[in-house]
Amino acid sequence: MTQSVVVQVGQCGNQVGCRFWDLALREHAHVNKKGLYDEALSSFFRNVDSRESDGAAHVVGGRIQHLKARAVLVDMEEGVVNEILQGPLREMFDSTQLLTDVSGSGNNWAVGHMTYGSAYREQIVDKLRKAAEHLLSLLEEEFPEVCRIVTSIYPSAEDDVITSPYNSVLAMRELTEHADCVLPVENQSLADIVDKIKHMSHSGKPGSAIRRDSTLISGQGGLSGPEKPFDAMNNIVANLFLNITSSARFEGSLNMDLNEIAMNLVPFPRLHYLVPSLTPLYTLADVSVPTRSDAFNKDHQLIRADPKHSLYLACALMVRGNVQISDEGWKTGLCSVPPVGHSHALLALANNTCVKLTFTELRERFFKLYKKKAHLHHYLHVDGMEQSFFSEAISSVSSLIEEYQHLDATKGTLMLDAPRLRIAR
Amino acid sequence: MSIVTVQLGQCGNQVGHELFDIICSDALEGQRKVYSTASCERFFHQTTHGDLVARAVLIDMEPKVINQSISRAAKSGRWRYGESSHFSQKQGSGNNWANGYCVHGPRHRAVVEELVRREVERCDRLAGLMAMMSVAGGTGSGVGTYATQCLRDIYPKSFILNHLTWPYGTGEVIVQNYNSVLTLAHLYQLSDAILVHENDTVHRICSQLLNIKHISFGDVNGVISHQLGSILQPALTADSHGVYSRNPLGELVSALTCHPEYKLLSVCTIPQMPSIDWQVRPPAGSERTRTFTGPSFNISLANLLILRGKEVYSAETGGFEDPALYTSWLSSEEAFNLWKSPVPFNKYEKCATLVSNSQALLRPLDNMVGKAWNMFASRAYIHQYVKFGISEEDFLDSFTSLEQVISSYSQLS
Repeated sequence: MTQSVVVQVGQCGNQVGCRFWDLALREHAHVNKKGLYDEALSSFFRNVDSRESDGAAHVVGGRIQHLKARAVLVDMEEGVVNEILQGPLREMFDSTQLLTDVSGSGNNWAVGHMTYGSAYREQIVDKLRKAAEHLLSLLEEEFPEVCRIVTSIYPSAEDDVITSPYNSVLAMRELTEHADCVLPVENQSLADIVDKIKHMSHSGKPGSAIRRDSTLISGQGGLSGPEKPFDAMNNIVANLFLNITSSARFEGSLNMDLNEIAMNLVPFPRLHYLVPSLTPLYTLADVSVPTRSDAFNKDHQLIRADPKHSLYLACALMVRGNVQISDEGWKTGLCSVPPVGHSHALLALANNTCVKLTFTELRERFFKLYKKKAHLHHYLHVDGMEQSFFSEAISSVSSLIEEYQHLDATKGTLMLDAPRLRIAR
Repeated sequence: MSIVTVQLGQCGNQVGHELFDIICSDALEGQRKVYSTASCERFFHQTTHGDLVARAVLIDMEPKVINQSISRAAKSGRWRYGESSHFSQKQGSGNNWANGYCVHGPRHRAVVEELVRREVERCDRLAGLMAMMSVAGGTGSGVGTYATQCLRDIYPKSFILNHLTWPYGTGEVIVQNYNSVLTLAHLYQLSDAILVHENDTVHRICSQLLNIKHISFGDVNGVISHQLGSILQPALTADSHGVYSRNPLGELVSALTCHPEYKLLSVCTIPQMPSIDWQVRPPAGSERTRTFTGPSFNISLANLLILRGKEVYSAETGGFEDPALYTSWLSSEEAFNLWKSPVPFNKYEKCATLVSNSQALLRPLDNMVGKAWNMFASRAYIHQYVKFGISEEDFLDSFTSLEQVISSYSQLS
């Protein structure tokens, strides 16, 4: 089992992250009846004896003493992280895993990156390293080679933060250059899915009663208390993360690790944006099996782009539960353990050129502000921040869109076999 | 003489476990003392308490599959793996041949060599080494190739057989064709014989002959290990003078891979029946003749027929010596080899296994190279390999080697 470290950044990252840890515990509890610290748990949790002062981790096979998440929590204001530390998951994190600062970044990416970034760079790397130190020492040497998968939430068009297009574009530049693979998720899609589920469960049609613990938006059975506004949406993203990591955490006949996902779905280095979609969104009270076509239905996607009229560069299917895959054709993962409350589940990750539309819209919203130089001074006031950052960032997004465009243009043209090497006899 | 098996990656470890399981139950079946002793000696060593411990080394870059194989073996109660005969990491190879070959392989070379050395030293006499792996993923293919290279360096005079599982043609891993091309090109220089099972072919056996409705990898691995077991269990050969051969890998290699350009072996067994306890009779009439599929058939370099069970001494096998089956530069008497064992294998009253060095793998190999070449034309995914140390030049070298192999097999007539 590969071991992974989860880095949760900002309010959104930390809230989603906590839903993930909550649901992950629930999943493991469901399967691990004997309370043993097994390989599955060790992929994402450390097992520490709180009586030992250095909190050294125990090896796999013993009883669970005290589970700590392999996570680093980063936020520039204390509010969110403090809430976590007072909430039901507080036992999962210790102080060496936290990184906060008091004054917040004021929705200003520049403040976050330039000032805190440089000052805290040492600390951030250090925290990550401490978490990693608990893993095998080999991983330390390999830091640059370790796969970095980023799940990033993209704002909807009607967002409460006015400067979100600036922040998104500036962040995207880093994501394009430095992440191995990005799973963009749109709030609007999450909201649509939540609506759909609520509609289903209230529709009153016979046979449509949904099992309460088996929807993607349900936190039932977990530790957290009553649900707050973004909880349902965050749950969906947490489920995405659960499914992606399921093969790393549980056994199966064809394992698919996180680094395999990055390997198989990224044919060209910058084109590493993957469209995630999940099925089923809920199970009905009577048994039903998710159909594979649902996974490619745009209503099940976590971003709003329509893949049907674009070009698939690569696709992966992660199947959980006792399902037979009879036809092949993609990167496939088979994990024997289904999610709690379901008999099977399917996660599709598609590298599809339709993401260019998402980015194109983002670029338009960016230009609407940028043309009038709206709010620009807030950013430029920060030491070290220059206008060129903006122009470079947007041109990075533009060239990314163009690369997707270029591939799209080949769609529909018949690709002839490349002439083979000939051997002289 | 004993065979030391190295199980690499998820596939190698899953199939390897099935193989030892079948061999052990076959060896311990009934009152067949001489066969049983020979088989146990070949694949297991016995502890002072009488436990059978597999002569195997388990290697993987992540621990789940190895742990599963070890615990399932222990649960069988009849045999187990050695307590420290395995090595794993917590990282995986990410389906990346370059990661396996250039990074993990060299990094863990010393440990792997030590584990193999210990197994080899436990053998009174070494018959040879068998490495089991898939070609589609990252560890089996990449680390497996590197490990084979190391073993070739350390044991230059020993026989090395590579058992390879080829993936479904339509894909389990997107970059599988790259991984396969790199593996095959390198192994061709290192291995004495490359025995291939294709998932597509085995799948067909499961659905058409065994009537399995929902075919899992467990079923596929069961068929593969049955076929492998029927090759490797003790048998009487032309050179063994009335006793079970003590040099199974050597005899396999000298029977089938007499020319360095031709190392690919395919296998088929009859009968393939759903697992049942009562004895099965193969179809009467042309008892053990091979049927040609289609109007044109694959030319063979050499064939090895292995008969096990009842009436092996009276079987009519003349049809296999038809010169039309073979290439012109070997006489059919030399090209055809026959092994026998009067002991039934794996509860089959009679079974026949044909191991062929022929054009049977030509089309799948050509498809694999063709798909890899098309992907290479757009340089898709190449950056993932370059990142770990495999260059475009290395790819081109591998393509060239395999085109050479394809050309050689195509020209057999």
